[in-house]
Amino acid sequence: MIKKFDKKDEEAGSGSNPFQHLEKSAVLQEARIFNETPINPRRCLHILTKIIYLLNQGEHFGTTEATEAFFAMTRLFQSNDQTLRRMCYLTIKEMANISEDVIIVTSSLTKDMTGKEDVYRGPAIRALCRITDTTMLQAIERYMKQAIVDKVPSVSSSALVSSLHMVKMSYDVVKRWVNEAQEAASSDNIMVQVGMVLVWLFICPPSCFSFIYPCLYHVMFPMHLQYHALGLLYHLRKNDRLAVTKMLNKFTKSGLKSPFAYCMLIRIASKLLEETEGGHDSPLFDFIESCLRNKHEMVVYEAASAIVHMPNCTARELAPAVSVLQLFCSSPKAALRYAAVRTLNKVAMKHPSAVTACNLDLENLITDSNRSIATLAITTLLKTGSESSVDRLMKQISSFVSEISDEFKVVVVQAISALCQKYPRKHSVMMNFLSNMLRDDGGFEYKRAIVDCIISIIEENPESKETGLAHLCEFIEDCEHTVLATKILHLLGKEGPRTPSPSKYIRFIFNRVVLESEAVRAAAVSALAKFGAQNDDLLPSVLVLMQRCMMDSDDEVRDRATFYMNVLQQKQKALNAAYIFNGLSVSVPGLEKSLHQYTLEPSEKPFDMKTVPLATAPITEQKTEIAPVATSKLPEKPAPSRQDIYQEQLAGIPEFQSLGPLFKSSEPVQLTEAETEYVVRCIKHTFATHMVFQFDCTNTLNDQLLQRVLVQMEPSEAYEVVHHVPAPSLPYNQPGSSYTLVRLPDDDPTAVSCTFSCTMKYLVRDCDPNTGEPDDDGYDDEYVLEDLEVTVADHIQKVLKPNFGAAWEEVGDEFEKEETFALASVRTLEEAVNNIVSFLGMQPCERSDKVPENKNSHVLFLAGMNLPDIYFILKGSE
Amino acid sequence: FQAVEPSLYTVKAVLIMDNDGERLYAKYYDDTYPTVKEQKAFEKNIFNKTHRTDSEIALLEGLTVVYKSNIDLYFYVIGSSHENELMLMSVLNCLFDSLSQMLSTHVSLKNVEKRALLENMEGLFLAVDEIVDGGVILESDPQQVVHRVALRGDDVPLTEQTVTQVREYSHSSLSAVYLSISFSLSFG
Repeated sequence: MIKKFDKKDEEAGSGSNPFQHLEKSAVLQEARIFNETPINPRRCLHILTKIIYLLNQGEHFGTTEATEAFFAMTRLFQSNDQTLRRMCYLTIKEMANISEDVIIVTSSLTKDMTGKEDVYRGPAIRALCRITDTTMLQAIERYMKQAIVDKVPSVSSSALVSSLHMVKMSYDVVKRWVNEAQEAASSDNIMVQVGMVLVWLFICPPSCFSFIYPCLYHVMFPMHLQYHALGLLYHLRKNDRLAVTKMLNKFTKSGLKSPFAYCMLIRIASKLLEETEGGHDSPLFDFIESCLRNKHEMVVYEAASAIVHMPNCTARELAPAVSVLQLFCSSPKAALRYAAVRTLNKVAMKHPSAVTACNLDLENLITDSNRSIATLAITTLLKTGSESSVDRLMKQISSFVSEISDEFKVVVVQAISALCQKYPRKHSVMMNFLSNMLRDDGGFEYKRAIVDCIISIIEENPESKETGLAHLCEFIEDCEHTVLATKILHLLGKEGPRTPSPSKYIRFIFNRVVLESEAVRAAAVSALAKFGAQNDDLLPSVLVLMQRCMMDSDDEVRDRATFYMNVLQQKQKALNAAYIFNGLSVSVPGLEKSLHQYTLEPSEKPFDMKTVPLATAPITEQKTEIAPVATSKLPEKPAPSRQDIYQEQLAGIPEFQSLGPLFKSSEPVQLTEAETEYVVRCIKHTFATHMVFQFDCTNTLNDQLLQRVLVQMEPSEAYEVVHHVPAPSLPYNQPGSSYTLVRLPDDDPTAVSCTFSCTMKYLVRDCDPNTGEPDDDGYDDEYVLEDLEVTVADHIQKVLKPNFGAAWEEVGDEFEKEETFALASVRTLEEAVNNIVSFLGMQPCERSDKVPENKNSHVLFLAGMNLPDIYFILKGSE
Repeated sequence: FQAVEPSLYTVKAVLIMDNDGERLYAKYYDDTYPTVKEQKAFEKNIFNKTHRTDSEIALLEGLTVVYKSNIDLYFYVIGSSHENELMLMSVLNCLFDSLSQMLSTHVSLKNVEKRALLENMEGLFLAVDEIVDGGVILESDPQQVVHRVALRGDDVPLTEQTVTQVREYSHSSLSAVYLSISFSLSFG
């Protein structure tokens, strides 16, 4: 028996945990014995263990005490005890960020990493790279390059992984090690070693085998060396698509030993397939498919998952992947069953029919002891099963829904939501189930998923509206989540007045005014106002209730009540539409910024709402994203939209400061092929009288430095190019922006569309691809880009009108203009709607962009805003 | 769905807890849980959700958690929900098997249990350091890990050591032999 601990500790730790009552100060006190001569390895080791244990428990060490302990520890390098030395490396890693002057141990570590003891070398490299900063990196570069190509795989692996960690810190230095990494990844030197070991085996008596096993193992199965080399190589080259393709070709042909390396290769291949939008007949796809027959389950699963996640996969291409996943469903390993059913669940979202073959296996998993697997199996079946099995499955879920974690409850709710879209007739069963779930305990995410699901059912099925609203009314009677309560109140205000008996909702809403917090009370007041505006017979009672709200203790509630009271008393449709139904359509961060600006420079002029950039229409949520996503740990602050970011960027350029507020920024347009020397894309920014074209250019040649890059534009119409802002310098792989300012023709307001032919002009300086040093002189050159078009959509900003009818009425008949257009080239209604929406760049309202099936006429509501300030509402029917 | 950026960073955290849910070991490799307070809250949540069930995998707070319990210890490996579950599993198995080999040769208690682990904390620290480095899987073979950690029971006479120990002990001299042979081969 080995006594690892001193007597004293054993007595103190007579309980179960000898580390339980460790005092930081006592341990640091003990650390003084590090200075004693001779060093007692066993005691010192124990103290280092205690220090690391304390750090691990989250104990805070002050800089001074940490530095003191660290410096004492450096003395232990004098001892040759292996374990003690290894613990010193660990202490260095743990203290790298809390102690000062950690670089003091650099020379000790460099000595160990180049020394004879293989056991020291890997860990010494890893510790060294933790304490090395950009300035020190140059000094150890030579050693790192040697270590990467070292014969001992563990040393090489450590060097490769440490290099990867340091890429974040100094990409430029690590980039220079690419050749060494390449050498480590190639299997040539490994084969030589295998030969040698075989000779060694041959000349040895068999009894020695156990002794040489570690050496043999090292050489025969350097499992992870290729994985690490591949990881680093990809990271260094990922922006150079050609190099990545070459690397892939090489490895897919030569084959790999490590299953981890295969997984990495599959990921790189599928990423490349996605970027190049390569067809599925490409060799990359064949490689991924061939991995389905690999002998390692990990690789097979990775390949299947990669195929499943590919966009536009056909059912035939999916079939082999689905069938290996089906096999995994009956594996004895829970992790494998889980992985398989989770992936099948994803397949079922897009291709339910492809998964039908697995229904039997999935049925078996419903009773799996791992509830996560059971839940995933049921939700998958809900997607693939027939309408008749829905009731049975729902019953099965209700039997264990209380046992599963909130994450999976959300998955269940989302599956139900998808099911409602598929089988609208089942909505009453679902609604019942959802309302029961709504009454159960659960966190915010879970409740929100249910509420969202009910809302989407209401929107899809008009006949379920009243039951749904009734459930939600009941829910807000006892709802602790302000966000959900306000959301539901908003919905009630929007939908309630249009139901046959709006009066019954008033009670629920007014209860909120009496009982809830300020935010909910304010939302309730707004909802009440909408009832008053829409229903004349309810107006008198709403006014009475408003009167009461005007006595509220909260400012916001009182202000809203007073405001609505006054608007409602006017009894004018236009006022109601503008101030009650369709609220502000400006971007909130933009409004905040404009108001702040206004307060900084107060003027006689009142603040003009029109100078605030419009809110870009919210991106409609993808209904297909049913995978349990990471619970929102993101800050709840509204992120500034793309447009707000551009506004800020453009405002930083002096030439563009006089242009006024940014009206609209387009999506980026590619002006080059994806794999050319220079990659250029353009974003069109529209202002009141000007347009700014932002060209984002990337130089993909590592032997060139471009300077003074500008894009020359030749307009086809009366547009006038006013000014160029060149990008001063464009080094390899660092994107830069060049701007061109164009004045819109002011004499002819109808000349909105225009074609520009574009040429990029620049000064080239050749440079050394390794060091990036450019030559002293360069030459002018130019590069022809694709033509750029400005269309109607660039001049129209989307505006969301929640209540389209009211907005339409507000404009009035005199501005109505009716025209008929024949759309010759489109065949289906859906196609026509999509084309119109994208051509005009306007916002479809009231979900009118969804065309019901089997109809030959459809009314599309579009809202938009033109320059300068003409609201534009379009009601089209075909 | 967007393909996950290919990366070697696989493991977000490695945790070991006792049967009261107390942290015995915790190593977080990224800043998903930056403060000790958030980490402890996460550990509590994990432990509550997993300690009663015997299933080896779960999805918690949007992260994939693979776990294993033995007597009075709970081992967890945590990765992103997009990560290959089997990779995480191989880390967990490697950690557990390495520990069980190390403990069975170095500590009188043969099982992987809390007491034995606490008596061999440095072994645990070194083993995890060999398995995962900064979130990258370094090694997944327990033999290799045990060999590299190379803990020597310094008081044990040679005759009472197991073959593994002798093997480890002699490794450094052996690799010198091996190297000299490779030199002689390559030079002539």
